[in-house]
Amino acid sequence: MREADLVILGAGPAGMAAARTAAEAGLSVVLLDEQPRAGGQIYRDVERAGERRAEILGADYLKGAELVSDLPHPNIRHLAGANAWQVEEGRRVAFTLDGEAELIEGRRLLIATGALERPMPIPGWTLPGVMTAGAAQILLKQSGIVCEGAVLAGSGPLLYLVAAQMCRAGTPPLALVETQTFSDRLAALRHVGGALRGWQALAKGLGLLAELRRAGVRRYTSASELAVEGGSQAQALSFAAGGRTHRIDCSTVLLHHGVVPNTQAARSIGVPHRWDEAQRAFLPERDPWGRAAGLETVFIAGDGSGIGGAGAAALAGRLAALAIACDLGRLSAGERDRAARPLQAALARELAVRPFLDRAYPPFAGALLPGDDTLVCRCEEVTAGDIRRYASIGCLGPNQTKAFGRVGMGPCQGRYCGLTVTELLADANGRSQDETGYYRIRPPLKPVTLGELAALAASQSKETVE
Amino acid sequence: MKTASTFRDLDPEGPRVRVRFSGRDLMLREGGNLAAELLAAGVTPFRRTPVSGAPRAPFCMMGACFDCLVEIDGVTRQACLCEVGAGMEIAMPAAGRDGDA
Repeated sequence: MREADLVILGAGPAGMAAARTAAEAGLSVVLLDEQPRAGGQIYRDVERAGERRAEILGADYLKGAELVSDLPHPNIRHLAGANAWQVEEGRRVAFTLDGEAELIEGRRLLIATGALERPMPIPGWTLPGVMTAGAAQILLKQSGIVCEGAVLAGSGPLLYLVAAQMCRAGTPPLALVETQTFSDRLAALRHVGGALRGWQALAKGLGLLAELRRAGVRRYTSASELAVEGGSQAQALSFAAGGRTHRIDCSTVLLHHGVVPNTQAARSIGVPHRWDEAQRAFLPERDPWGRAAGLETVFIAGDGSGIGGAGAAALAGRLAALAIACDLGRLSAGERDRAARPLQAALARELAVRPFLDRAYPPFAGALLPGDDTLVCRCEEVTAGDIRRYASIGCLGPNQTKAFGRVGMGPCQGRYCGLTVTELLADANGRSQDETGYYRIRPPLKPVTLGELAALAASQSKETVE
Repeated sequence: MKTASTFRDLDPEGPRVRVRFSGRDLMLREGGNLAAELLAAGVTPFRRTPVSGAPRAPFCMMGACFDCLVEIDGVTRQACLCEVGAGMEIAMPAAGRDGDA
């Protein structure tokens, strides 16, 4: 079994920044990530972007190169392509690397597993040709592949960024179909004070919108009744906007209505989570350094602990690393606090824009509580109507839905249905999301073959004998 | 299987290797992301669901949705977490048992 002072799950901005800060404080760090190269989703393949892709993706993406180039350090071991599938006792991680299962034990564990696209169940969302907007960005970042003749649908500033990137790549989207309404914008104005402190983010958003206008991208707002049409492949997006129905022929539909914390690893070891109404998602409970409630050795940083974006994630990663270095006697409390002060101030600035964004671009209501015929669980093909029927015969929580209809028991383990199932049950039963709860997440977090497990058992017993 | 790709490769340079998908020979970029390269080659769907036989193709591209599951040399894997290697034999996972990779 390998050992380290600090084991980090996820080589995105939070994980990379934490690794460097911890390494500089003298800790031995092992950084596990399932991708072949560091960067996370936001900075996917930033080191290999090249001039053309850099031009398309823009300056914010290139910022990630600094974090990646900071990674090589004698105290950091980056295990790329490592698939972590179990966390035990808050410090031991089982993972598969190059087809072999291994164990690593850290004195501290930092979960920096980032965000997932918020599930956006609308009719037809499982058809080939329907992807998340994030998926389109990943295709571009990692592979230099762009979608031609796509329609972007949902809400949030990421849609503007993806649309602008597609324009720069010479494949502008056919249309941008946004679900946020005029009253959302009005309500968001209440938070504009905070947003002004994050004025750079706002200015960027306005710049992107101007870019889309110049490129002649059609834009619809206050859209509702979104549905993807098609038999074996997406063929059109239909929706209602401005008092009439629209239908746009397209074979690619890119969906997005915000991102939510990926809580699989934290939940699997019993970190308590609470519903956050502003982010409309469950967030893990932690102290200001990122230490998980009730788990002395576990920290959580970055979007996995609440959506704040890449800049906030890197700062939170560094703060967690300082606390861990103090825990392990490498920094005094005074040194930790002194180093933390500028990071905490910068973090507050990064987060200032969030209340405005959360209010201006709320999730699409029609996908939070989808119609009865819409598939909610993609893996087991269970509809919203099925979930409501389970509620009507006494099903109170997501774990019970598994017994009713295998909901959340397919290969994605609830990643793309969990929040919708909670929302549907809460609504049907007239209970809060906290009362309704979420799936109990059990290992393996990712598939592992019997052969890999057997090889692990063999190597462990050999170690014991030796 | 449809072949008209709606995905365009911005820099199609680089060495390509032969792989087979459902009996069809494809020339994909060596070391490229398998799901991305299959999409660019016009492959769709990647699999059919064990429940209803519905067609599926990559959805999240980040290892979370499992809709890009394919069988590579006999092992069911997420195509978006694999790199293209010469001679890969890729098939749609057999119906009824692809959900439990």
